[in-house]
Order: sequence, then structure tokens, then C-alpha cells
Amino acid sequence: MKQYPLLQQWVLELIRRASTDLPEDVVAALARARESEPDRSAAHSVLTAILRNIEIAREKSTPLCQDTGTNIFLIDHPTGVSTRAIAADIRAAVEVATQESYLRPNSVNSLTGTNTGTNIGQGHPYLHFCEWDRDDLRIRVMLKGGGCENMGAQYSLPSQKLGAGRDLRGVEIVALHAINQAQGKGCGPGIIGVCVGGDRAASYMAAKEQHFRKLDDTNPVPELAALEDRLYDKANRLGIGPMGFGGKTTTLAVKATAINRLPASFFVSVSYMCWECRRRDLWIRNGEMTIE
Amino acid sequence: MNKIQLPISADKIETLHVGDLVSIDGVMVTARDAAHKYLFENYVHGTLPAEEKPYADKLYPLLKDGFIYHCGPIVRQDDQGHWHFVAAGPTTSIREEPYQGEIIEHFGVRGVIGKGGMGEKTLEACRHSKAVYLHAVGGAASLLASHVKEVIDVFKHDVFGLPEGFWVIRVEDFPAVVTIDCHGESLHRAVQDNSDAQFARLVDEIPDD
Repeated sequence: MKQYPLLQQWVLELIRRASTDLPEDVVAALARARESEPDRSAAHSVLTAILRNIEIAREKSTPLCQDTGTNIFLIDHPTGVSTRAIAADIRAAVEVATQESYLRPNSVNSLTGTNTGTNIGQGHPYLHFCEWDRDDLRIRVMLKGGGCENMGAQYSLPSQKLGAGRDLRGVEIVALHAINQAQGKGCGPGIIGVCVGGDRAASYMAAKEQHFRKLDDTNPVPELAALEDRLYDKANRLGIGPMGFGGKTTTLAVKATAINRLPASFFVSVSYMCWECRRRDLWIRNGEMTIE
Repeated sequence: MNKIQLPISADKIETLHVGDLVSIDGVMVTARDAAHKYLFENYVHGTLPAEEKPYADKLYPLLKDGFIYHCGPIVRQDDQGHWHFVAAGPTTSIREEPYQGEIIEHFGVRGVIGKGGMGEKTLEACRHSKAVYLHAVGGAASLLASHVKEVIDVFKHDVFGLPEGFWVIRVEDFPAVVTIDCHGESLHRAVQDNSDAQFARLVDEIPDD
């Protein structure tokens, strides 16, 4: 059986990086956004503060945001490992990361209202394992804050109210509707994940997984690539702007996927990620650890 | 950039308008969900239990002509027992909408800092009681913590949990934008009205399949 004796400390470093060091593709998109907003506008000042915050968090190794969110781990592992051992190491690393203030105690018992103080509890952290045919172990983490999570939305098409049928036109209408409903409340400029199809649960998860994609990638499915471009263009014409203060930059990127559905269902799920798209990948290849 | 020194007078609040960028100096206090419920149920309404009297003696002078900050910080305690703010951005304000207006009026609060905006009751309280709502940059927690120069006091954190306590902090050059003023204007409402109209136009642009 393959073992990873240093895994707990590597995952701790993964969490530290995710919480304090924003990925370059997101920083680049924010820097471009600032250039597009007029000097002295509220939008420009917000983006200046955001970019300064990114520098400070990286220099001081302090959390980008005090809401360190739901801790979502997606693990791809080779054949012949103990997923229970990996899960135990991840949980231990989450606990240490909380003690070291890289994570805020953020796990609350839904019945009693008591904060567990450790980020460990029923359903926390979220772990999903998938066996793949590589020899490498990959652990991806996303820290998704509550403010933006509250702005997600799911639609069942057709929607007579929105004039949205069961086609890509309908998808475009409801996704744009979700972005407009969110205004600045999800800490925009947001990154929008869209999933067409699936059941309710799979659809939401697939929409959320879009936030792992690099902002400057290209969707290999032409219809989805075109949908992403159209939504990006329209969202940025809503005028909502950074933090909802008005401006040109309402979204940094739109990423869409499609999964199969039942003939009877046509769900469209929209996951709103704040500007602070905190995600990192831990790779273990031939016993060597890298964080990307 | 408007400089604001806390405590602040009603006259100075009247000079502020939506869209103004401000920079705040002075002492303010954090409060989020548990703290607002506590203020609402024990001070604004009901009778204050005797054991809460020491907190009343702290809260009334802090809140009169003062600012509330909607924030659940990440904090660190050093070896001498002093607290420090590590990460301290704003939290979503609308959750306090049921309480905020009456708290502003009861305590004479002059400003509330948070994110995402607030509703009609708070807007009306700001107009009536001469107060403003200010929006800080959501997610800019390390930057905003660097403007917190001193943690002066903390209470109720033992009961409410660390992020929910009343943290009394001294800030310098704390940046925010006025998004609800005391003249009945709301930037949130203006942006929403504009984007709703734009949404309708954009939908019309989408060709039929």
C-alpha cells in the first residue's frame, strides 16, 4: 500500500497557500480590471484595495479574507492507497491550520448553533475521493466563503416568469438573471460557474467545480465556449461593478459545463465565487511535493 | 477623500453623500449577528438584566456618535495576552436589517460599516437619525486588519464565540465608501435600478434559437 508519511504537513502548506496567496491568473484578471476603470472612481479604488490586500496577505502570510469559507477538498489518487488515512491527514491539517489562524473557526452545528472551533464537524471539511489511472496523488482545495455561496442559484427550465425555455437561450437568460440578482453582494467582481443539466445536487457541484478552472483557459466544447463569451460580455454590461458600486467590471470570468439530465428535468445551476478565488493544487509525484 | 474622526457629529454626517470615499480614524466597535440580537433584545427592547450593567456602561459611550463595524475577525493573542487583528474584512450586513435601524436610533450610532448594503428600515433610520452606511471592500481582510492599530477591549466573546464578540478597536486611515447617506439616497438602490433595466435590454438582445 502507498503511504504518504509527510502528508499532514504538506496539506497544511496547501491550506496556507490557498488562504494567503491568490493564484496568478486571478491576480492578472483583477489587474486588467483596474486598468479598465476610470481613475478616482469607486470601482478603481476597490480594485486598488483588492490588489494591495493580495500583496499584504502574501507578504505577511495572513488570510486574504477572514471568512475562510467551506473547505472543499477534491482528491484524485492512484490505486492502492488508503483513502481513510488521507482523510485523517487532511482533517488533522485543517485543525492545525485553524490553530495557526490560516483558517477561522467556521464550522457551526446547525441544530445547536455551537461553533466546533476546529473546522471539523458533520460534513466539514468536504472531502471527495476519485481513483484515477495515474501514479500521482493530487489534492485540490477550494476555500469558498459564505457571502458568495449565498448568491448561488438554481433554475428549473422552462421558466415562464423569465421567458427561459429549455435551450441555450434559456440558459443564458437565467444565468444572467442570477448575476443580476447577486449585485455586489457576493463580493464582486465575481467568477461565475454554470452547469447545464444534472440532478439538483450534481448540477450545483459541477457548477462549483468550474471555479477550479484557470480564468484564461478555453472551453473545449464550442457551444459552451460561445456561451461563456456571451455571458461574460453581457454580465459586464449590467453596470454593477466591483462591490456593486457601479462600473465596467461585474465579472472576471464565466465558466460553463454541461452534464446529462433526465428527459423530465432541465436544471441550470449558477455558482458565484467572490473575486478572491482561493484554490490551490497539491501534487505528489514520485514522492516529491509541489503546490500549483 | 473625506477624513472622518470618531466620534462624529450629526453636522459632519450631513456633509457626506453616496459615492464619497472616506478614511476613518478613531475608536469603533465590531458587532455581528449575536451582538445585534443581544443589543436588540436587552437594550432596545426589554429590561437589561443586572449582570449586563457593566457592558451597558461600556456600550453606550462607545456607540453614541460612534461607528459599528460588521466584522467577525480572525484574531491572534500574543504571549502577553494582547489581542491582534490578523484578518478583518466586512461581513454581509443585510442579516442585521431586522435590528439595525432601531439600534442606530436607540444608541445614537452615526455609522455602520459592512458590505452588500442594507434595506429600507436602515435607510429610514439613517435619514431620521442622521447616520450613514459605509461599504468596506469585501475580502480585503489583510489590508483592513493593517488599519486596525490597537485592540482596546473585547467582551462577550466568551459567550458568543471569538468572531461574534464586541471588539473595541482603534483604526487609522480605514477606507470605506458611503453607500447610504442621511439624505435618503442609496447607491445600492441606484445601481440595482440601473442593472435591472439593463438586464431587460440584454435579454431582448438574445436571438431566438
